[in-house]
Amino acid sequence: MQLAVWTYEGPPHVGAMRVATAMEGLHYVLHAPQGDTYADLLFTMIERRGKRPPVTYTTFQARDLGKDTAQLFQDAARDAIERFQPQALMVGASCTAELIQDDPAGLAEAMDLPCPVIPLELPSYQRKENWGAAESFYQLVRTLADQSIRPRGSERKLANILGPTALGFRHRDDVIEVRKMLDALGVEVNLVAPLGATPADLTRIGAADFNIVLYPEIGDEAARWLERTFRQPAVRTVPIGVGATRDFIRETAALAGVDPAPALDDDGSRMPWWSRSVDSTYLTGKRVFIFGDATHAVAAARIAAEELGFEVCGLGCYNREFARDVRDAAKLYGVEPLITDDHLAVEEAIAAASPELVLGTQMERHIAKRLGLPCAVISSPVHVQDFPARHSPQMGFEGANVIFDSWVHPLVMGLEEHLLTMFREDFEFSDTAGASHLHAHAPKPVTPVAEPANEPAPGSLWTAEAERELKKIPFFVRGKARRNTELFAAEQGRDAIDLATLYDAKAHYAR
Amino acid sequence: MTPLAPVPASGADRAPVLRERGQREVFCGLTGIVWLHRKMQDAFFLVVGSRTCAHLLQSAAGVMIFAEPRFATAIIEERDLAGMADCQEELDRVVTRLLDRRPEIRTLFLVGSCPSEVIKLDLAKAAQRLGAKHAHRVRILNYSGSGIETTFTEGEDACLAALVPEMPTLARGSAGELLIVGTLPDIVEDQFLRLFAELGIARVGVLPARKAADLPAVGPDTRYLLAQPFLTETARALEDRGAQRLEALFPFGAEGTTDWLHAAALAFGIDEMHFNRVIAPGRERAKRAIEHSRERLAGKRITFLPDSQLEVPLARFLATELGMEPVEVGTPYLNRRINARELAMLPEGTRLSEGQHVDKQLDRVRADRPDLTVCGLGLANPLEAEGFSTKWAIELVFSPIHGFEQAGDLAELFARPLRRRDVLRV
Ligand code: SF4
Repeated sequence: MQLAVWTYEGPPHVGAMRVATAMEGLHYVLHAPQGDTYADLLFTMIERRGKRPPVTYTTFQARDLGKDTAQLFQDAARDAIERFQPQALMVGASCTAELIQDDPAGLAEAMDLPCPVIPLELPSYQRKENWGAAESFYQLVRTLADQSIRPRGSERKLANILGPTALGFRHRDDVIEVRKMLDALGVEVNLVAPLGATPADLTRIGAADFNIVLYPEIGDEAARWLERTFRQPAVRTVPIGVGATRDFIRETAALAGVDPAPALDDDGSRMPWWSRSVDSTYLTGKRVFIFGDATHAVAAARIAAEELGFEVCGLGCYNREFARDVRDAAKLYGVEPLITDDHLAVEEAIAAASPELVLGTQMERHIAKRLGLPCAVISSPVHVQDFPARHSPQMGFEGANVIFDSWVHPLVMGLEEHLLTMFREDFEFSDTAGASHLHAHAPKPVTPVAEPANEPAPGSLWTAEAERELKKIPFFVRGKARRNTELFAAEQGRDAIDLATLYDAKAHYAR
Repeated sequence: MTPLAPVPASGADRAPVLRERGQREVFCGLTGIVWLHRKMQDAFFLVVGSRTCAHLLQSAAGVMIFAEPRFATAIIEERDLAGMADCQEELDRVVTRLLDRRPEIRTLFLVGSCPSEVIKLDLAKAAQRLGAKHAHRVRILNYSGSGIETTFTEGEDACLAALVPEMPTLARGSAGELLIVGTLPDIVEDQFLRLFAELGIARVGVLPARKAADLPAVGPDTRYLLAQPFLTETARALEDRGAQRLEALFPFGAEGTTDWLHAAALAFGIDEMHFNRVIAPGRERAKRAIEHSRERLAGKRITFLPDSQLEVPLARFLATELGMEPVEVGTPYLNRRINARELAMLPEGTRLSEGQHVDKQLDRVRADRPDLTVCGLGLANPLEAEGFSTKWAIELVFSPIHGFEQAGDLAELFARPLRRRDVLRV
């Protein structure tokens, strides 16, 4: 048994729902008790969808157990077909139904339904949401793809865009950006799936010359099967950040045999200049802690280090399936990779690293709020405010522009940072005032959990005088100053941290 | 079509009940933990379940940023099912670790879920064993919040019913004691306690108490008032211990609250004149506060989809005090005994339905075209997108709506979606 308060991922059948809800003309009959219908609200409330997810739950009760739960399942499937007339039906079990072993696959098969049935085996006690989405999408593709359909062999190449689902972090907008790039390259889109695709569309998946795996967590399993079955190569670079977008364009152009220049010369790409302009100098060396799904975390680390000049002080992901990517990246930035789905462990790691900016999921947003740190969201799971009304992609050059704004916005601005240091005693610059341009959104340290990393532990080495001096350092760099000074004192073997130690450390770490 | 079962009864509750079976779009009883853990400040709720249960709690709790909520899930894993780990031993390990981390916990609820019930994990046994191990420090109880046994608010019912055997015995022949049963926001509870004190009812207990460790006493001299209509099992358990239920409307609106307080006043021999004097100011305030919404709501048609079992009392309040016309009042479970007075006041012709077949029920909403539909979170936006005004039912469970001082807020909860519809020009 694993003790959990908050979880990064739901059960695997929620992943299947993300696929079903993204598509048109598909229905999902889920053998599950009534409480599992809560999952609908993820789509209708958090993502604000105006339609119910295409899911029929059998909602069996205790009194049905051992009697007619199998019959209930068959009735539900028959009703669903009649009412919704889907082109294809997915069937499966939630965690409870898995235990009663009714075998939805066998039951559906015995019914001889008038549409293709895709049985899903999603082991709820071993796997999680992303895996469930990947597996469901793979099963759909495998069952529905017409293997006699092959590329048309035309000069103009066709691509499939794989991976975007319902409830995905900015999937809607990423697809628009990726389509723009393909347009500029003269590559046509065969289909986007699951988002917006019908089962009938999926039958023609083999017509594409190659695949673009936008979200490896969800699309890669299907892409690998397509590679084997249709010999469709795949573009696996995820175009998040300017550098990665350029790589993506070159890779795509190479596969399509076209000139990458029209897509590379996008004059809407402002991020590089925004980052080079002098106002951004103050971003140099800001310590960022990054946590999310592996793909977004690795992409964020590259942007942080190469495109904003930050220092990556922590990097991790919650999905073990893709941990290797994070381990490789962590090596690159010289940090210990944090692979865990225990948010308390993440909280500890963030507190210990005392970063100046946290990039994470909604869980890290809460953690950062408690620790009084600025934060931007880069990955699922996200909450309702991360489904903005405006176009707000992460991918492509426009995505990089958005990222520049949304990561830099929570930070204290350059000149203001100096003023805060110079006029430390000004009452308007008190710790709780936060950055002036952020108004209500400024991170307000909440006592007493506010600064665990910033308060001396009992038996601290700090003298009262040094402690007072430390308080004069603005809150957003105080954690770093404390940490550096303590490291320095330890290295030097000093048994007390007085004013001299504080300033010796400052000189030592001066850059 | 499901046959209409005629139910012989008096007054307006002659209305037939439409009993349906099919897909139910409701939460399970685990959801009650979201408010119960805020109410009982020294209690912790440990769900023994699956990742789904953990995800449900998280989704229902929304964006809560409690430093660390007083609930968690012990997620059953493959190795527990495969017999590689002994579930009871695993539970001991998890509980011990939890109690080490949270030494302030005085009551620990082990909460059963569908998976724990299907694999027949005996939580009563676990509670007993762990209770003995951690005696003197923490009381360990268990109840089921599973979706195969409980619907939404029935989780609170099961939790409170589990507390009843733990209540001390009220000495026989002691002066009678009034017991308020059902979770109320602290501010509402305090208002009621002030009113009872002014009325002259000296001994008043509440279940659940803010500290689960301070349980009120119960015995044959206990008269209890249900503050919530969904406490069927708790009522039964209290009656097993001799307590007597006071028949009353539920304390929603000016009239409901008056009737509820009056039932207590009658039982405790409070002088009628004194009663009227004490409650008059609150009652008047409630009426004035309701008046603001009356204009907006009078004559409007409303449908309740089954959710919290609050549907019948709320429909009564809206019909009698605000002039609304209930079209269909759906409830997951209808306890006729507890709701007898409520049912008698529902307008003739109100369609009562129990249970759910969500697709058929939505078809009826489309045919009825009510002005306002009260429904769960999964259905609200889809109905809005079809052009229906909705009110999320869960807000009715999470906000203070009982009593005189909240009557205006309660009316406003229903008026706001309609007002919003009128002001928007997009
Ligand atoms: S319905 Fe059952 S399995 Fe689903 S969340 Fe509720 S208790 Fe857990």
